[in-house]
Amino acid sequence: MSLRTIRILLWLPLVGFLIVLGLVFTGLIRPHDASIRSQMVGRPLPAFSLPSTRPRQPPLTSASFADGKVRLVNIFASWCVPCVVEMPQLAQLKQAGVAIEGIASRDTPADSLAFLQRNGDPYDRIGDDKTSAAQIAIGSSGVPETYVVDGKGVIRAQHIGPIQPQDVADILAAVRDAQ
Amino acid sequence: MIAEAGLAALWIAAMLAALQAFLGLGSLKAGGEELLRAVRPVAVAQAVMTLGAFAALMWLFYSTDLSVELVAEDSASTVPTLYRIAGTWGNHEGSMLLWVTILAIAGAAVALLERRLPERTLAATIAAQGVIALGFFAFLLFSSNPFARLDIAPAEGNGFNPLLQDPGLAFHPPTLYVGYVGLSVAFSFAVGALLTRDVGPAFAKAMRPWVLGAWVFLTLGITAGSYWAYYELGWGGWWFWDPTENASLMPWLAATALLHSVTVLATRDGLRAWTVMLAVVAFSMSMVGTFLVRSGILTSVHAFALDPKRGAFILVLLALYIGGALALFGARIATVAEGNRFDPVSREGALVINNLLLSVILALVLIGTLYPLAAESMTGEKLSVGPPYFNATAGPLALILVAVMAAGPAMRWRRDEIVAVARRIAIPAALTVIALVAILLLAPGLRILPLLGLTLAAGVAAASVAPLWKRNLRRTPLFTWGMVMAHLGAAVSLAGMASESAFTKETLIAARPGETVSVGPYAIRFAAVDPVPGQNFTAVQATLIATRGSADPITLTPAQRTFDNPPQTTSESAIATRWDGQLYTVVGEPVPGGRWQLRLWWKPFVTLIWLGGALIAIGGALSLLGRSLPRRKVVAESTGFARFG
Amino acid sequence: MKAKNQRLVLALLALVALVGAVLLGMSALKDQASYFYSPSDAVRDHVELGRTVRLGGMVEKGSLRREPDGVTIDFRVTDGAATVTARYTGIVPDLFREGSGVVAEGRFTAPGRFAADTILAKHDENYKPPELAGNGMHETGSLKR
Repeated sequence: MSLRTIRILLWLPLVGFLIVLGLVFTGLIRPHDASIRSQMVGRPLPAFSLPSTRPRQPPLTSASFADGKVRLVNIFASWCVPCVVEMPQLAQLKQAGVAIEGIASRDTPADSLAFLQRNGDPYDRIGDDKTSAAQIAIGSSGVPETYVVDGKGVIRAQHIGPIQPQDVADILAAVRDAQ
Repeated sequence: MIAEAGLAALWIAAMLAALQAFLGLGSLKAGGEELLRAVRPVAVAQAVMTLGAFAALMWLFYSTDLSVELVAEDSASTVPTLYRIAGTWGNHEGSMLLWVTILAIAGAAVALLERRLPERTLAATIAAQGVIALGFFAFLLFSSNPFARLDIAPAEGNGFNPLLQDPGLAFHPPTLYVGYVGLSVAFSFAVGALLTRDVGPAFAKAMRPWVLGAWVFLTLGITAGSYWAYYELGWGGWWFWDPTENASLMPWLAATALLHSVTVLATRDGLRAWTVMLAVVAFSMSMVGTFLVRSGILTSVHAFALDPKRGAFILVLLALYIGGALALFGARIATVAEGNRFDPVSREGALVINNLLLSVILALVLIGTLYPLAAESMTGEKLSVGPPYFNATAGPLALILVAVMAAGPAMRWRRDEIVAVARRIAIPAALTVIALVAILLLAPGLRILPLLGLTLAAGVAAASVAPLWKRNLRRTPLFTWGMVMAHLGAAVSLAGMASESAFTKETLIAARPGETVSVGPYAIRFAAVDPVPGQNFTAVQATLIATRGSADPITLTPAQRTFDNPPQTTSESAIATRWDGQLYTVVGEPVPGGRWQLRLWWKPFVTLIWLGGALIAIGGALSLLGRSLPRRKVVAESTGFARFG
Repeated sequence: MKAKNQRLVLALLALVALVGAVLLGMSALKDQASYFYSPSDAVRDHVELGRTVRLGGMVEKGSLRREPDGVTIDFRVTDGAATVTARYTGIVPDLFREGSGVVAEGRFTAPGRFAADTILAKHDENYKPPELAGNGMHETGSLKR
């Protein structure tokens, strides 16, 4: 009797560990909504007016988005390494006919332009968001992030982190949905 | 080129680890003894290759090769040299590589140096070490490659987190990692002994120096980490119960329990299953610590969600290693013969209580650390578990543990009489009561935990040096000195914690230059605020002149540093250490009216916390020395405290 | 006990100790765990007053006000949908400023009024303890430092 009790007890550590492991695992596979979704999705773009990063170009204003055209707003920075990663995908999206506006976060125009010189420039217009005020108003907590904005200037979708090759289809679908 | 060479070295090391596991297991079979001879060079070659890979990464960081993604992400050419080098392990991939490097070196050391174990157990141990290394090589190669290149190198790197730009950081993680990984050897020993069913004093004696060594490094690492957080964060606290801190505390708790039980096994051949279990738990806690907590599963699910592959990898490895060892334990330990028995009132009995208390504290810390994850995955609620929980649960138990520590060394092995023990600890007990009365009279109105802490610290300090009483100090064996020192260190540290929590004085004020503020016994004149340039930052530095009585004034210069890349501000506290405590000053932001925020603390005897930690580590080092030096002391060990009292 | 089954006794002791630890831990967690609320959660769920909780959101633009003592600040925490007024005495962390993320630990003193004991905020909304910052791949991370 006592011997059997011991034998059962000996397996308890394993059972305990497996329970903890199971817990952690469900935590892992459960779709976490821990990434910071912008509270602004589904709302109009907050008002902003950013001077253009490119010399002698009109500023990037939130008002200019309500012209019936669906656009991507991509927040990037020259000091952001993952931003380099998504540049080919942005170029691909541009090729697919999607209009992309850039917001350069906490950067100098010279650095931004040098960055685009190196990595390609997919942007129609670029707003210089020195203090990242516009970025924060949009509800972005980091770079890079990309937003789909519909023809009425309403934010329809948000992509956090660099756009990887496998994300391009999702973004195109989000753009179609916003039409 | 260097990055590719590093990667190649890593691949070769991984192959060698597989070979090592294969040879070690093969030599367990009948007629396979030949293979064991080949295992040693393989283990050494694996260590050399891994070290080469690590050196390659270090060079890439030192020379700021921005075409390597990791370097671009975590360093920059403007970062000072020391932190360019320390940056090698200041990030996930690099710290994993450091981890594996130490693991491989430890494996080679076991293969080369270990002569006490029976051949078969040694072979099984080396095989286990190879299997562990293999898993982590795979983790590095498949999901955390530190040598990945960027297609296009950026013009400048992201920089190195300014908070981590501190000399303490350069040595803190490596120290902790040596501790974590040293425990992997104990784990491999346990697995090896289970495989060959050879759990006995020889096994314990082989394992003990590794446990002691790992424990010394963990103690140093935790002590240094605590001091680092204390002066670097500028919050005046010395322990925050943060998951990263818990990650280092949990293996330490398990290793402390293991250290005591392995001594029982080595000297009395008791607590066999118990010791094996603790060896498994200790390294499991190291892995849980490094991988679950530091990988960000617990604190930042966002980081993790971006790379679920990495998380899944970690979980599979943990499941294989910890689950495998525990399954082996369940299947095998019943067939290991029972060790020597002992009376409940005996040194062994006291050590069992020590082990139980340590295990309960460990469980409480683990529960508190994992609970936020559990709650979120079950109910979706986000919550955090902070100091109130840990202080309320672990605090009282730690005090009981310290009290047991006073009585334990006064007990004899195998069996003892309660009356005799009571007589032996009479003097420390009397001192405890005197201390209690004195504290109640001198400092009335203390809260219960600091009060008990101070009282117990006095009694335990007395009890811990008691084993030296009436002894020829020159003939006292080193490991007895080690125990005395470590136990004294615990008492000293406890006194510091209790004093800090009971007597700290704080002043928070917005002051103009020229004004005088008082905190504790000090009058502090706010002399000036000046901008000061640094290598990669500019600082705003306040000059404070503190005077107490007729002593020479102390000048303190706390500062706010603004770094250029990445743009961030950190506050640099200024601390003046006196024999009876520390004056801790922080300068905050400018406030309208030409004022600056100042936060000042007087913390009596706070330094005892880390002094105690250092004493504990020195005690461990002395024991280690005593165990490895030639033996004339074996007799003293088995008679224990027969002469004492 | 000495005669037989010391092993069983030890194993049972260990079991009792661990079960005790779990029970103690769970009961302590009930009182001591602090839940995380966004302003919207807090307004919707009517957080119990006086209970230690964490409040996370953005520091609203233009809401930061300093009291005459120079060390107390009032500010509003918002998540875009709801807003809570918070007060804190002390030196704020390095990256605390208007428009940036904040996690504050403290208590609600009245509905919509929060007294912060500690401000944990880094720039990033994803609160990471300082030792962790810089570890781990975090694509949005570059901004946080």
